[in-house]
Amino acid sequence: MVKFFRRNKTLQLFGLISPGALWILLFFNLPLLIVLFISFVERGRAGSIKLPPVYTIENYRQLFNACASAFAGPECDPFLYIGIFGHSMRIALVVTFWCILLGYPLSYFISRQRQVWRDALMILVIIPFWTNFLVRTYALKQVLATEGLLNSFLINLHLINQPLDLLFNEFAVIVGLLYGYLPFAILPMYASIEKFDHSLMEAASDLGAPPWRAFLRVMLPMTLPGVIAALVLVFVPVVGAFITPDIMGGGKIEMIGTLINRQFGVSRNWPFGSSMSLILMLMVLIGVIAYFRSSSEDTRRAM
Amino acid sequence: MAEFAVEMQDVLKQFVTPEGGILAAVNHVTMQIRDGEFFSLLGPSGCGKTTSLRMIAGFELPTAGKIFIQGKEMSQVPAFQRPVNTVFQQYALFPHMTVEQNIGFGLEMKGVAKAERSRRVSEALEMVRLPGMEMRRPKQLSGGQQQRIALARALINKPEVLLLDEPLGALDLKLRKEMQLELKTLQREVGITFIYVTHDQEEALTMSDRIAVMSKGVALQIGKPEEIYERPANKFVADFIGETNFIDGVVQQQNGSTVEIELPGTGTVCIESSRMFTNGQQVAVAVRPEKLRLNTEIKDGNNLRGRVEDVIYIGTDTHYGVRFTGGQKVRLREQNVMQGHHEMIPVGEEVSVSFTQVSPRVLTE
Repeated sequence: MVKFFRRNKTLQLFGLISPGALWILLFFNLPLLIVLFISFVERGRAGSIKLPPVYTIENYRQLFNACASAFAGPECDPFLYIGIFGHSMRIALVVTFWCILLGYPLSYFISRQRQVWRDALMILVIIPFWTNFLVRTYALKQVLATEGLLNSFLINLHLINQPLDLLFNEFAVIVGLLYGYLPFAILPMYASIEKFDHSLMEAASDLGAPPWRAFLRVMLPMTLPGVIAALVLVFVPVVGAFITPDIMGGGKIEMIGTLINRQFGVSRNWPFGSSMSLILMLMVLIGVIAYFRSSSEDTRRAM
Repeated sequence: MAEFAVEMQDVLKQFVTPEGGILAAVNHVTMQIRDGEFFSLLGPSGCGKTTSLRMIAGFELPTAGKIFIQGKEMSQVPAFQRPVNTVFQQYALFPHMTVEQNIGFGLEMKGVAKAERSRRVSEALEMVRLPGMEMRRPKQLSGGQQQRIALARALINKPEVLLLDEPLGALDLKLRKEMQLELKTLQREVGITFIYVTHDQEEALTMSDRIAVMSKGVALQIGKPEEIYERPANKFVADFIGETNFIDGVVQQQNGSTVEIELPGTGTVCIESSRMFTNGQQVAVAVRPEKLRLNTEIKDGNNLRGRVEDVIYIGTDTHYGVRFTGGQKVRLREQNVMQGHHEMIPVGEEVSVSFTQVSPRVLTE
């Protein structure tokens, strides 16, 4: 038996991957199927779903026409939810853009230091991860608050007379998300940039390329896999984020994440929350696939 | 047209070491490289040859001193504005581009139209004997092919000076030899000044019109290969270029250009030298192994007695190790010209070692 197992490569492979595969099957695929199921049934009175299940596509219709809901008032905006989806996408794009714009030069800077410094700086990037995400977000809230660190500092410097409204608006949400997800952008870009052979930049310069052209033509294309990984790693969680917009936005900034969160909480509308989750997933999936389709074969291989 | 393709005037390049000290990688070097010349910078690793090349290319800027390219001062001009191109040691081909894009990169930067670029890339590929390789990726090519692509990528820009940083270092011996000859021929054809960095003295002797021998940031001697080989300026050059016997001695007297030197316990030799020595000065008589004769008395030459200590037969030559009566040991080389011309001399045999008055050099440092 043991001998047979040793000889059979397929069986060996199966043995190695089955624990992980089983985990994904049980705790990811199965719940996803449950969510899919819930999104097509009517809600129950006390949350959860009506039993026995009554099948319906109402949860999806409601998403594209907010007035389809039984609770909709006379002044309802049919595009309420679509608007929130769009808004979330926009915030996620802005956050991703800044993460890459700030993260790329920082990764480059770190990669050019001596080994000891490189390790130390990377640890500084990673250290925030060791603190609870919620605690960090509350800490940031204290910094931006009306009587917070930043406002007091600026007032003491007499740069401003009145405290600035830095909290409970879109700016605060973007800053919070940027703060939370910047390391996710730095790590893959650093990995890419660190591997980059800088003699290629000398070669480009030698062949008459000014620094910016050398960057666009040589360094950027060669480190693009890291940038794309950063893009995906930041955009996907940010578009569905709910803790940061909740705390930093003070309930005033609605994103898909907060909306979905509410359906499973106060609104007790699991089926509607499920349909939104699935639509969000579908949108991200389509976006990522579209991106990979359009990017060159090289980048795909590098990923 | 300027007199010199490249001129370095008292160039100093200092680096801060990781320990915080200051190291002069290039220490007040002055050299003139003539137009159309094949010029080599030769020396062991860390001698400053690559740093010198990088300063000419513009990758490093000198701490002090001036660098002229075609008569124009370029000391502080960035690399992309200099009329020179480089062939890098590891080729530094752009892996994400095709061969055509790689070779055409310089022209692209100059704004040459695509059709014209394609045409000239094909020409350049013909020149390095790799026609039809346009669409390949660097990864799909062998080391020798990558080397030629790197050469084509640099030469297509028709630089005033081509800089080569140990370009053959990564190739195996046979390919190296082939490429040496090919590079030399190519240089003659295109007529561009080549500055070639190498640590391989044989390579430098084979290819160069002139050589600068460098050590510890200093250019010790600049000259034609035969000058460097036949008349080394000091012990380092004599030792680094080819094989040399150093026999320590003391100057007895000097009559015009003839120096009489006593080799303690062995005898007195007379050697031609243009330099002035003082009586009693410690010197080294440097003589090449092939300039020594075994058991062949030379009239008006130097004839010393010794005993054969080892014999190595290597086909074309036979190498002998001979210890003089005074204890100094020399190596000498006899060419095996004719079958049975003379028998190999056995170990332990008493022999005479002879050399002319002009073949050795008298060196003090």
